[in-house]
Amino acid sequence: MKVLVPIKRVVDANVKVRVKPDHTGVDLNNVKMAVNPFCEIAIEEAVRLKEAGKAEEVIAVTVGPGAAQEQLRTCLALGADRAILVETDTELQPLAIARILKALSDRESPDLTIFGKQSIDGDNSQTGPMFAALSGMPQGTFASELNIEDGKITVTREIDGGLQTLRLSLPAVVTTDLRLNEPRYASLPNIMKAKKKPMDTTTPSELGVEAENTQEILSVEPPPERQAGIKVESVEELVDKLRNEAKVIA
Amino acid sequence: MSILLVAEHDNDSLKPVTRNVLTAALEVGGDIDLLVAGSDCGSVVDQAAGLPGVNKVLLADHAAYAHQLAENIAALVADLGAGYSHILTAHTSLGKNFLPRVAALLGVGQVSDIITVAADDTFKRPIYAGNAIATVKSNDAIKVISVRGTGFDPVAAEGGSASIEAVDSVHDLGLSEFVSEEIVSSERPELTAASIVISGGRGMQSGENFKLLEGIADKLGAAIGASRAAVDAGFVPNDMQVGQTGKIVAPDLYIAVGISGAIQHLAGMKDSKVIVAINKDEDAPIFQIADYGLVEDLFKALPELEAQL
Repeated sequence: MKVLVPIKRVVDANVKVRVKPDHTGVDLNNVKMAVNPFCEIAIEEAVRLKEAGKAEEVIAVTVGPGAAQEQLRTCLALGADRAILVETDTELQPLAIARILKALSDRESPDLTIFGKQSIDGDNSQTGPMFAALSGMPQGTFASELNIEDGKITVTREIDGGLQTLRLSLPAVVTTDLRLNEPRYASLPNIMKAKKKPMDTTTPSELGVEAENTQEILSVEPPPERQAGIKVESVEELVDKLRNEAKVIA
Repeated sequence: MSILLVAEHDNDSLKPVTRNVLTAALEVGGDIDLLVAGSDCGSVVDQAAGLPGVNKVLLADHAAYAHQLAENIAALVADLGAGYSHILTAHTSLGKNFLPRVAALLGVGQVSDIITVAADDTFKRPIYAGNAIATVKSNDAIKVISVRGTGFDPVAAEGGSASIEAVDSVHDLGLSEFVSEEIVSSERPELTAASIVISGGRGMQSGENFKLLEGIADKLGAAIGASRAAVDAGFVPNDMQVGQTGKIVAPDLYIAVGISGAIQHLAGMKDSKVIVAINKDEDAPIFQIADYGLVEDLFKALPELEAQL
């Protein structure tokens, strides 16, 4: 079985981003970048499938700038066998990314494609299901458990209210939720080995995709500031304030 | 303009969030048709038809839609939606599951998780865990939009009298099958709809200790939530998680207990009207956004709080 894992280069989850003074976006200069945390879980799951003898090959792919090679190397160090960069300097929106990945998937024919459920920058939560629809594949989003047997995949999903389990025919698409696994850290020997693993570069036009955005970002503003309130000294004072000042409890 | 609003329900009752999405649809303007896709969902249709502002209710009642499988629902919505200018649904685990498929099938983009309708093609939405608000203009022929429920007040539950029309076409792709579901049943209000929420974090130390929150929640009629740390530690189930990647809540009162206040958690609750933080660490970031902060050990504060309510 072949597993494709599309990943995204994003701002590190611990960085608190700031909006640019001209309100055209957030300031990404000199900010630490990383593999999107949900994509890291996707890589980990694919590598575990390989370690369990259920997958033969794990391919990490990203659509992004040349600098995203750094994140692909991280994926290789975590256990992916090879990587593909679809290079573009345009920050593409989910539908364009899904079309590019579909073209790549047609070439690679993976049995399973594992996405992160959302990226922590755009917070769109779109690319995985869009790719699945374009490819005519079933999907198991927000997965907290996977099981592959008899040519089918069983996915337990985190939904509002609890958990849902589905059985999908392969090839299929899965998107990861937080509790699917806990990603490992790359060891130094594996980081060294990753430098020798193959990384191909291609472009959207080489894949025959005209990648265009259909949405314009008119402005990006900081959210309304929330001011810190007061410290109360006791539970009694707290209850009094909630009753008589904020009037939110009876 | 014409809007197709996909209702959220469990074949038995309409989820309240549908009424918030309807407000967003009314702000866009135009004729609004509400789609109820499910199986044996007659009672949902009656509730849907009573919502004020709805033109007609489309009913797709078939076993293929019983479990809201994304493949079948998306095929149905894309088929019906091709004739509309807008397709709206809630940005919940259900909407997030099928709506991007609809957009892809129609060959258009999707605007996710909107909190403001600025114009019929322009919307505001949070990005970077709510640390920035983007104003996005869609140039697509059909606007496919998921709506953050807490961004819009709900319309009244009654007062309308929409006509009901059956949809005959059935989309059963046979790609996925439902196996089972474990839904946590609770007497308490739903997290995203509750007017008071009390949440516990890593500081609760165990699932057993969440009982300390239950007594208070019962007295206040509150829902109980949790931080990611508490869910990851196995104290409570995933459906209680409040945060960037969990549930987004904006109640009148949010009480954060033993929660330090990571940005990912704040993203899920900072639009609450009044925020209370109880934490023994006076430097916890949660105090920077709390209206009322109490620096105290929660194991001492919670029993006192319950006694005084």
